[in-house]
Amino acid sequence: MDFAFSEEQDMLRAAAREWLADRYPPERVARLADSDAGWDPTSWGELAGLGWLDPELDVLEHAVLAEEAGYALLPGPWLSSVGLALPALGGAPKRPTTLAWADDAASRLRDAATSVACRADDDLDGWRLTGVKRAVPDVAIADEAVVVARTPDRVALFRVDLTANRDAVHPLSTVDTTRRLGELRLDGTPAEPIDAPAAGALTSARRRTSALLACEAVGVTQRALDLAVDYAKTRTQFDRPIGSYQGVSHRLSNVYAALQLARSLAYRAAWCVSADDPAVDEAVASARVAAARAAVGGCEDAIQAMGGIGFTWDHPLHRFYKRARWIAAFDGAPAAHRAELAEMLFAG
Amino acid sequence: MDFRDTPDEAAFRRDLRTWLGSALPADWAERDPHVGRWDFEFARTWSRRLFDAGYAGLTWPVEYGGRGLPPTYQAIFLEEIAKADAPDHVGVIGLGMAGPTIMAHGTPEQKRDHLRGILSGDTIFCQGFSEPGSGSDLASLRTRAERDGDEFVVTGQKVWSSYAHVADWCILLARSEPGSAKHRGLTYLLLDMHAPGVEVRPLRQITGDPEFNEIFLTDVRVPVSKVVGEVGGGWQVAMTTLLHERGTLGFALTARLEALFRRLLTTATKTGASTDPVVRDRIADLYVDLQALRYTNYRSLATLVKTGVPGPEGSVAKLHWSETNQRLTSLAVELLGPDAPLSGAGAFWGGYWQYQQLRSRGNTIEAGTSEILRNIVAERVLGLARSR
Repeated sequence: MDFAFSEEQDMLRAAAREWLADRYPPERVARLADSDAGWDPTSWGELAGLGWLDPELDVLEHAVLAEEAGYALLPGPWLSSVGLALPALGGAPKRPTTLAWADDAASRLRDAATSVACRADDDLDGWRLTGVKRAVPDVAIADEAVVVARTPDRVALFRVDLTANRDAVHPLSTVDTTRRLGELRLDGTPAEPIDAPAAGALTSARRRTSALLACEAVGVTQRALDLAVDYAKTRTQFDRPIGSYQGVSHRLSNVYAALQLARSLAYRAAWCVSADDPAVDEAVASARVAAARAAVGGCEDAIQAMGGIGFTWDHPLHRFYKRARWIAAFDGAPAAHRAELAEMLFAG
Repeated sequence: MDFRDTPDEAAFRRDLRTWLGSALPADWAERDPHVGRWDFEFARTWSRRLFDAGYAGLTWPVEYGGRGLPPTYQAIFLEEIAKADAPDHVGVIGLGMAGPTIMAHGTPEQKRDHLRGILSGDTIFCQGFSEPGSGSDLASLRTRAERDGDEFVVTGQKVWSSYAHVADWCILLARSEPGSAKHRGLTYLLLDMHAPGVEVRPLRQITGDPEFNEIFLTDVRVPVSKVVGEVGGGWQVAMTTLLHERGTLGFALTARLEALFRRLLTTATKTGASTDPVVRDRIADLYVDLQALRYTNYRSLATLVKTGVPGPEGSVAKLHWSETNQRLTSLAVELLGPDAPLSGAGAFWGGYWQYQQLRSRGNTIEAGTSEILRNIVAERVLGLARSR
């Protein structure tokens, strides 16, 4: 029984934090978030150089990086690539890659291997996909997508080269502009079949991404708390720092409590994914519920504690809040995860 | 990071399960939950059995009758106790507060005289900190300890003292320097509860049970040899006690909450509420709260093992537990529908949930109110300005 990261993992975290603080200060994140692309495409090569895409990284290392990426609000398709796409590809992708699972037949990952509207036809010159995949994360900035489609006899996974099929990509305006959604409108779009069985890869993608997003939410919560605490120490009203008022300080203590509780469950979920523990589905569902609550509630409390400043566009807090809400909505709202937990609890 | 038991931990867990299976009464698992306070003599006999089997004071040094094991073993012990729904050791105050304080600050004689009895359940300790005028502001306490040769003469009143009616000894904080203010001039004493001048009066609480007591002290003579730490240095010693109260409590509280959660599931099934989506949502939410508490304890434990001091994350355990327990017991009573107002023999499980729900209101007050705990997090962890 050992609930601590290794020395190497701690070093990885320290290095990531330092690099992110240097390269992604809030002003730069804001500029990127408000830009057309929403990210800096050269960062992919930088991340590869830092080892963020190394094949030997386990989900525990990804968890460490995801938390730090959340703290900095790193824009870009890294999490889609190592969370959503990695299991189908059998390793971290070389280029930015996302996963397109949702369509009119199913919106949630747990159903994506059984209910699929998108069609795959084996043409003379190879496979072609037809149908609309919805709510695809980072689709506008990914070079490739793993697409779930139905062949005449089974549900299978396909790679679609997005750089060669730009007309299929339809970006959608997204509240969190650092992680945008879009549609893939496939109309006889050429695709390469992937050998990996769809069910296993999608289960793995769901677990990995849920655990990593829970860790990212922990990073988001920590940043919101740090911003609000710094403000509460320096902002004075009625000749006292506002952090000396219990109306403010108790609110922030509650954020701290929710953060620590969520952090415990997020790390545990990452470990359960890594060890393929029998409790993994319970662990990721619990982590998602706690992390969404901590991040959304924590950002809301931070906005309240910071008064008008936290409500302005110029202050970075709203960007963390929008990421928190993005995470909370991913693959089903917290109530859906609680419903799954209840199923497990009453089943035995 | 690895949540699995090491081979030694797994063997310890296996032996403990086997032992619990044989030590508890055969029909233990089928018994309905017990209403109200435990039966003291039963608890004391049970404590003796735990001690004889080597399960009391797992982390205490061998020289004081313990096993000298790392804290992970205590965590495993509490997990298994919770799974088996076995009773607690009777020496809650002794094991969690008096013992660790004596080990840290006591004289060799105090260690020899008091530690083993705590483990065996032969010596029951109670706590004499709070006073009618000194609750959260503990340092304002007024109980006097006046030096008279080799003795202190103690006069004053203590309150909210659980176990005082059965206790042999009391860890007592008193003002030994007349006119001193606040944290200075306090002395930490081991007071013999059987000494002349000690009067214990039960304090009936919201449940109707006299779980707590008032202690009236009138010229009680305490030998100077029973001072823990320095005369006048009682505040630092008391802080050790409170650190242990808040530090070691997490696992025990989680164990109790887990037992209650299982009963909540049973109650939901028995009342037919388990198919109601709203109830299921609330139960799942409580489960997340329980899991969060459990794994935060583990994380805090890992920090303790790694660095020797509990991590700041541990400071939220009691805060979170108390509020979760209140939500859980409220939901349980709600599930009883029109029978919710009943108590006693006609009620579900003899009024077990009604009792637990009322009792839970004390959870956010005892052992540091939630307001004080939030102040501690704000000031010591977040570094915010002191509130006044």
